[in-house]
Amino acid sequence: MAVDRLSLEIPDRSITVLVGPSGCGKTTTLRMINRMIEPSEGTILLDGVDIQKQPVNTLRRSMGYVIQNAGLFQHRSIVDNIATVPRLLGWSKQRARERAAELMERVGLDSSLAKRYPYQLSGGQQQRVGVARALAADPPVLLMDEPFSAVDPVVRKGLQDELLRIQSELGKTIVFVTHDIDEAIKLGTMVAVMRTGGRLAQYAPPAELLTAPADAFVEDFLGADRGIRRLSFFPSGALELQTAPVVAQDADAAKIAARGSADVPYLLVTDLDGKPLGWGEPKDLKAGEITPERLLPYGRPFVHGSDSLRAALDGAVLSPTGWAVGVDDTGRVVGVVSQQTIGEAIRNAHAQGSGDDVRAAG
Amino acid sequence: MSGYFDIPSDLQHSYLGLIGLHLREALIPVLAGLLLSLPVAQLCVRFRWLYPPVLGVTTVLYAIPSLAFFVVLIDYTGQSETTVMIPLAVYSLVVLVPAIVDGVRSVPQETLDAATAMGFGPVRRYLQVQLPIAVPAIIAGLRVATVSSISLVSVGMLIGNQGALGNLLNDANIYHRPELAVTSVVTTAALAILADAALALVRVVLTPWMPRKGATR
Ligand SMILES: Nc1ncnc2c1ncn2[C@@H]1O[C@H](COP(=O)(O)OP(=O)(O)OP(=O)(O)O)[C@@H](O)[C@H]1O
Ligand SMILES: [Mg+2]
Repeated sequence: MAVDRLSLEIPDRSITVLVGPSGCGKTTTLRMINRMIEPSEGTILLDGVDIQKQPVNTLRRSMGYVIQNAGLFQHRSIVDNIATVPRLLGWSKQRARERAAELMERVGLDSSLAKRYPYQLSGGQQQRVGVARALAADPPVLLMDEPFSAVDPVVRKGLQDELLRIQSELGKTIVFVTHDIDEAIKLGTMVAVMRTGGRLAQYAPPAELLTAPADAFVEDFLGADRGIRRLSFFPSGALELQTAPVVAQDADAAKIAARGSADVPYLLVTDLDGKPLGWGEPKDLKAGEITPERLLPYGRPFVHGSDSLRAALDGAVLSPTGWAVGVDDTGRVVGVVSQQTIGEAIRNAHAQGSGDDVRAAG
Repeated sequence: MSGYFDIPSDLQHSYLGLIGLHLREALIPVLAGLLLSLPVAQLCVRFRWLYPPVLGVTTVLYAIPSLAFFVVLIDYTGQSETTVMIPLAVYSLVVLVPAIVDGVRSVPQETLDAATAMGFGPVRRYLQVQLPIAVPAIIAGLRVATVSSISLVSVGMLIGNQGALGNLLNDANIYHRPELAVTSVVTTAALAILADAALALVRVVLTPWMPRKGATR
């Protein structure tokens, strides 16, 4: 038995992730939803109606299915691959192709690829075609089986961000299978952790999963650094940034002297546009002679407000001065913050338990 | 002294006429073999247990000498082209059935899953996904079957000059004109090479989706 008495309520218009070790029955569960595998007992209801009640191919055409390694039709051009389900539904060739072109744009594929064949595309591009093909007939439900597992981490992150964007625009009901817990936590509104034999170990929003794993199996599956990962759910907006240690490249000697203090061992130098250049000790900064090459690196800045405490802490840890640089959407410095301050913010956030109901901030 | 391409009158054909006849006697059996192989191969794909016995039968049929076929068939179809073409069609099965079965089986499982998941019924899936993807394998089989059929037509000379270009071999003997034998052999070989090249071209035209040799991804 691959899946045993699994009971899940999948919310509309959100991403539900099935995650678990290899062979635990994730694919089997997904295939039962579009009846590629029939359950030996039990029922699956879609909007309250048993899925057995409609013709199987009608059901399948109303659900987009994205398969591992994309599963594209190698003998059809990209545009014809995407137009597959609309054509099955009887759309004219013209209309199906227009729809395909529209979707290529939506998933970030250049229109010059339309007439190419799958073998001429990179793995990441093929995955995008797979997603576009599943979306083509505008199905309310999207089933995705490890769609991003065959691409490198950078491309995968791009595809994940793209999926979240598409989801926020289209509001599909997505069931997403992965064995990567990080992917589950990033994408899921709800995450179902499954154990071997297709039994449910825990079904919870990702923040709750990280805060309160149901048992040792889930805890083990979440991995070692779930404390750090949980910080992804605390926004950085509540951090109080300091602006005193920030000086522009053309600051005069008096200003540099005035800004340095016992609390502020380093000053962050910005260019005239407000973008960070690097850190320097006040005594080393000579007015008018500040050169970016001589400054200490500023690590990776976080976007104040939209990035999470995890990004802020990461920035502080990466910076040799122990201070993180907060920037706005355009990359201009809005202030700096020390590891101590971030540590206090983390303690406060935990005390309030606010992480449980805050969505991922990135 | 007759010209090089003057064909003895007993054959009732010009040189070009013989070529046309030869192609017809060679290609119609391959076509018939293909039409027969497609459903047989599909059955073999659908019911796996059927494939080994089917392969066994086609191999045994292939091992029967054409002369034996002629002896049996001549009672029914006489000294006609049909009598030549039936064994050729049967012989082509030994190449075509496995070619189609292997081609259809080579379609990746995830491609089939994708088709099913998108709501293809079995017939549509066969016609629109499996068969097109099997085209390279099928044409590879057709090339072998065609070349061998072209060379085998010649034995038709044994049943009253039904061997097209092959009849020239007989006449070379009767009329002591060895150049007729040379013409027969060279022309048959040329036809085989040209037919093979034509099929290779058809393959390229039908499968723009295949990676070109030497092209980079
Ligand atoms: N067609 C099948 N017939 C019978 N058993 C199967 C079939 N497909 C899979 N199984 C079994 O069912 C179990 C669950 O398989 P499933 O493919 O759902 O796992 P999964 O969670 O998707 O794993 P993975 O992460 O490796 O893809 C496995 O033990 C597998 O051996
Ligand atoms: Mg799977």
